[in-house]
Amino acid sequence: MSAPKMHIKVTAWRQSGPDAPGAFKDYDVNDVSPDMSFLEMLDTLNERLIENNEEPIAFDHDCREGICGSCGMMINGVPHGPERGTATCQLHMRKFNDNAHITVEPFRAAAFTINKDLSVDRSALDRIVEAGGYITAPTGSAPDANLIPVPKAVSDTAMDAAQCIGCGACVAACPNSAAQLFTSAKLAHLNLLPQGQAERWDRTIDMVETMEMYFGSCTNFRECEAACPKEISVDFIAMLNKDYVKSQLKQRRLAGQVFP
Amino acid sequence: MQRSAVTQIKVRKVAAWPITFYRSAVGKKWVMAITGIMLMGFVLSHMVGNLKLYLSREEINLYGEALREIPGHLLPRTVFLWTIRLGLIGAFALHIHAAVSLTRLNRKARPVAYQSERDYIAASFAARTMRWSGVIVGLYVVFHLLDLTAGTANPDFVRGDPYNNLVRSLERPVVGIAYIVANLALGIHLFHGAWSIFQSLGVNNPRFNNARKRFAQGFAALIVIGNVSFPVAILAGVIKQSCEGTPIEEPCAGSGAFGEKN
Repeated sequence: MSAPKMHIKVTAWRQSGPDAPGAFKDYDVNDVSPDMSFLEMLDTLNERLIENNEEPIAFDHDCREGICGSCGMMINGVPHGPERGTATCQLHMRKFNDNAHITVEPFRAAAFTINKDLSVDRSALDRIVEAGGYITAPTGSAPDANLIPVPKAVSDTAMDAAQCIGCGACVAACPNSAAQLFTSAKLAHLNLLPQGQAERWDRTIDMVETMEMYFGSCTNFRECEAACPKEISVDFIAMLNKDYVKSQLKQRRLAGQVFP
Repeated sequence: MQRSAVTQIKVRKVAAWPITFYRSAVGKKWVMAITGIMLMGFVLSHMVGNLKLYLSREEINLYGEALREIPGHLLPRTVFLWTIRLGLIGAFALHIHAAVSLTRLNRKARPVAYQSERDYIAASFAARTMRWSGVIVGLYVVFHLLDLTAGTANPDFVRGDPYNNLVRSLERPVVGIAYIVANLALGIHLFHGAWSIFQSLGVNNPRFNNARKRFAQGFAALIVIGNVSFPVAILAGVIKQSCEGTPIEEPCAGSGAFGEKN
């Protein structure tokens, strides 16, 4: 016996291309199962639009299990919707009332170009990672796991940071369109671990300054933390701030020196 | 691989390190935090010093005189005071410059606003009104200096008699209420700012993170209660100008909150 079907009124942002004007359009979606994910509800709507020879609503999605970071949209003014600690694909329709009116809008920021409808180009986040979000190490066979000891608390914290899926919800939630939470997570999971130490200060300067080419600044609203599907803490932003100041001083001290 | 063009809002330039540092938004926030600490130190000592108003006219006038005499005969009179004043003016200017420049950057970072209604989850009223509370406090400081330091906004101003100047200025209801409103704005500004300082400087540890918020609440409350009490006490007539005609050098029994009332 399946649960009774829901009726949902969706107001979706429609925009045919990056430079085209956009506008909201209303749709009624019947036959929504409370067990559907939010994306499956949009699939249901799109199937009907295709049957009626209308253009389906474009939105980003891939794994649909909250780990790829592709999906993401403003659902009633909140990135990833009202449920805390989940991506849009993990949001179930049972979290809404029957006959609910849901407004969906793409993430907005200067760096996030709207491809189409709800699909957004987030490659500015890739630029930040390209600037230093890696360790330069020769690849080869995996080293012995016990070769580099890491205290439990440090590895746990690094793992908390490494949970970031790069969905851009922090940027979308921030009134300043700052990418501080994303960048701080990408920095912290390397800067906390022994493997990340050699390039720690160069990485911090390069990633922070690349971030600032595209995004706004942090004013400690904490909206990012509330919107993050991985609930990454703003404590990492404090670490970014501290590491950036330190790296500025260290870079100066080491300028022109090649001896240790 | 085809790289898509991403809208850039700022150009990354290389310069001498203090310039590069201040040019970055993280550096500006650091400067805002340091200047914020300086201004908080001033606000706290200013409030504590003014509590002498409750003692007597002589006490607060001697306090004003003592500020000019620091550090005794080691420096000419008011040299130390002016050093502090110039430091505070510098801190104030940097704080405002960084705030204006960051606000402009942040406007650029979202040129098209959300077209549907935003739902804020975590951002407090204080955090979202920092720019407004800051502007109110800034305007208030300008008036405050004209009113009680330069005296141009106070017709009854007597140089060297802060007791008279305070009472005469704040017993004007419009001025008294403006002081109360401005200090509430200051409290709201401090409530977010005092917590933000820790975050901007990276002072963070799960063991004391809760205390950071409580410190900000306590500090803001202390400043608001202290500063608002002066106009309230004067408007309510607890403290009044009862020394008219008494020379500044002579004690006056009816002054302060505890003195004999005439």
